[in-house]
Amino acid sequence: MHLKLLKMMIRIRSLEERIASEYSSQEMRCPTHLSIGQEAAAAGVGLALSKKDVAVSSHRGHGHYVGKGGNLKRMMAEIYGKATGCSMGRGGSMHLIDREVGFEGTTAIVGNSIPVGVGLGLALQAKKMKNVSVIFLGDGAIEEGAFYESANFAAVRNLPVLFICENNLYSVYSPLNVRQPKNRKIYKMVQGMGIKSIIVDGNNVEDVYKAVLKAKAEILKKKQPIFIEMSTYRWREHCGPNFDNHIGYRDEKEFLRWKKKDPIKIFSNRLLNNHKISEVQLKKIYTSIEKEIDEAFDFAKKSPFPKLALSTSTIFAK
Amino acid sequence: MKKQRIIPFSKAINEALHLSMTKDKNVILYGLGVDDPMEIFGTTKGLAKKFGNDRVFDVPTSENAITGVGIGASIGGLIPVMTHQRLDFFLLAMDQLVNAAAKWYFMFGEQKSIPITIRLIIGRGWGQGPTHSQNLQSWFAHIPGLKVVMPSTPQDAKGLLLASIADKNPVVFLEHRWLHNLKGHVDTKFTPIPLGEASVLRKGRDITLVTMSYSTIEAIHAADYLKENFNIACEIIDLRTVSPIDYKTVFKSIVKTKKVLVLDTGMKNCSISSEIISRITEKFWGRLENKPEQLALPDFPEGTSPALTKEYHVRAEDIIKRVLSMSNIKQKQKISLDRQFSHDVPGDWFSGPF
Repeated sequence: MHLKLLKMMIRIRSLEERIASEYSSQEMRCPTHLSIGQEAAAAGVGLALSKKDVAVSSHRGHGHYVGKGGNLKRMMAEIYGKATGCSMGRGGSMHLIDREVGFEGTTAIVGNSIPVGVGLGLALQAKKMKNVSVIFLGDGAIEEGAFYESANFAAVRNLPVLFICENNLYSVYSPLNVRQPKNRKIYKMVQGMGIKSIIVDGNNVEDVYKAVLKAKAEILKKKQPIFIEMSTYRWREHCGPNFDNHIGYRDEKEFLRWKKKDPIKIFSNRLLNNHKISEVQLKKIYTSIEKEIDEAFDFAKKSPFPKLALSTSTIFAK
Repeated sequence: MKKQRIIPFSKAINEALHLSMTKDKNVILYGLGVDDPMEIFGTTKGLAKKFGNDRVFDVPTSENAITGVGIGASIGGLIPVMTHQRLDFFLLAMDQLVNAAAKWYFMFGEQKSIPITIRLIIGRGWGQGPTHSQNLQSWFAHIPGLKVVMPSTPQDAKGLLLASIADKNPVVFLEHRWLHNLKGHVDTKFTPIPLGEASVLRKGRDITLVTMSYSTIEAIHAADYLKENFNIACEIIDLRTVSPIDYKTVFKSIVKTKKVLVLDTGMKNCSISSEIISRITEKFWGRLENKPEQLALPDFPEGTSPALTKEYHVRAEDIIKRVLSMSNIKQKQKISLDRQFSHDVPGDWFSGPF
């Protein structure tokens, strides 16, 4: 599993680095929200789940989609606005879906997918499935009414729902201290709602993975939702491919502090030091992932654009 | 001939719910008070007992979340029917309705539609006031990806609700509170009425009245009066579905009558009736005997006091007056229909509070 976790984090990182480096070519013509720096949560959660566990996410959902096993080619085609995209070019970066692996969609409005994930939990319960519904949200979504309503609903109906809150300290450019009271711990507040709630280091992929495995078992056994806060940090700007430490809402020092906690570097160094992986193997991982990414970008670029079809068949199922 | 069964609109709704839940075990029903002693004005009677708390359940007061829960449940294979006792509370759920339910099928490349039926009840009069009486059908109709249904008769209420629940897409099902006790013939079978088809409720050669929901009832009273007193034969086209609108049926009638009055239960500005007038004008410019006209609510909220609702709503008298003026008939004496009850209730059966 170590190698899988490492490989997944590298896959997410490398894919997003490639998006960032190709973004200026103006071929990916949609807003993208990169999760570089936050890969441990996406990889650790995704790999702790089975295909039949379902997940929903938000605007910053690339990592969650990939971590759950989503198809890279169809993701890139979507971001390039192509007909072969996972949403036929209609949704772009913020609307990724791969139902084959239980990834039920990312949506763009903060908090919007939270109740949807709870509803997926309701369906799992009704159909007596031994699976959980995972909802990825950020610290900003905690401030939305939809979160409280949904968490309360999941609690009162004992739904198999796992809330994963990646707290990266910022909502766009607004820091946590102007949005939430000074001494609040998000996971403690959620505890106050009667939901089992814990915090893990969101940059430690092993901790994330183990916590989610344990949480899933407990959700199914005790028939109750669980909330996990994961502390982490996004390295790049809120939306777009660049770094933005110079514009004044956060400082370089803070960024560098978090960069030292790079989830990939920490984990790969640990594996190297413990001789669980060799330098040669690591290099091979990077090479094989670069190839996957080349193929995904190639597929996206070569795919045809969709045609505008103003037909009711695009908005209504028969 | 077999004796026809006469039941109220609310019982017709109840029957559609019973039939749908029996037919498909994936149908669930929830909303604030669906299993409380009032049973949503009788419309959810006996459902909780028959189908159990897993399928029929009361919920937290969280309009936005429970809408999203319905969307998620749909994706997971259930068929949710959600109920709100007044439309106005549902305004808290616009993000889930507009950004999620209506968009899902389009936005995710036609992979999963959202088969949710959202029952909203519209109040009127008896102090319902500014926030318990809003007819916002044109809001919903403006959103691609939503179907909007507004039945008027008990049979249509049953048939359209059956079709709404069976539909694979989100349907906003608007029930006018003043119709709940309206009685009419209703069959006993599972007979869905296709969405998007208007019905020709009365045939007539002189003028077309396009109606929806409760306005249909006032139109019927007006049509009877006009026939009896002036030999004017109104053709009543009850839209039944206000999105999509069955323009084919509307236009066919207008070709015959060359005169049209559109009624709306909502405010005039950006209304369904304005939209229909616009389409008629585009299509029939210069070919009608009169300019197309409409009667809708003034562009102001409904006040609470009974004194403020007396001249606020469109009643049969207003329809009669307008039809007479469109027919170049001058009527000097005051038109007043014989009613045994106050202006702010639909009949003796309603004595508040909601």
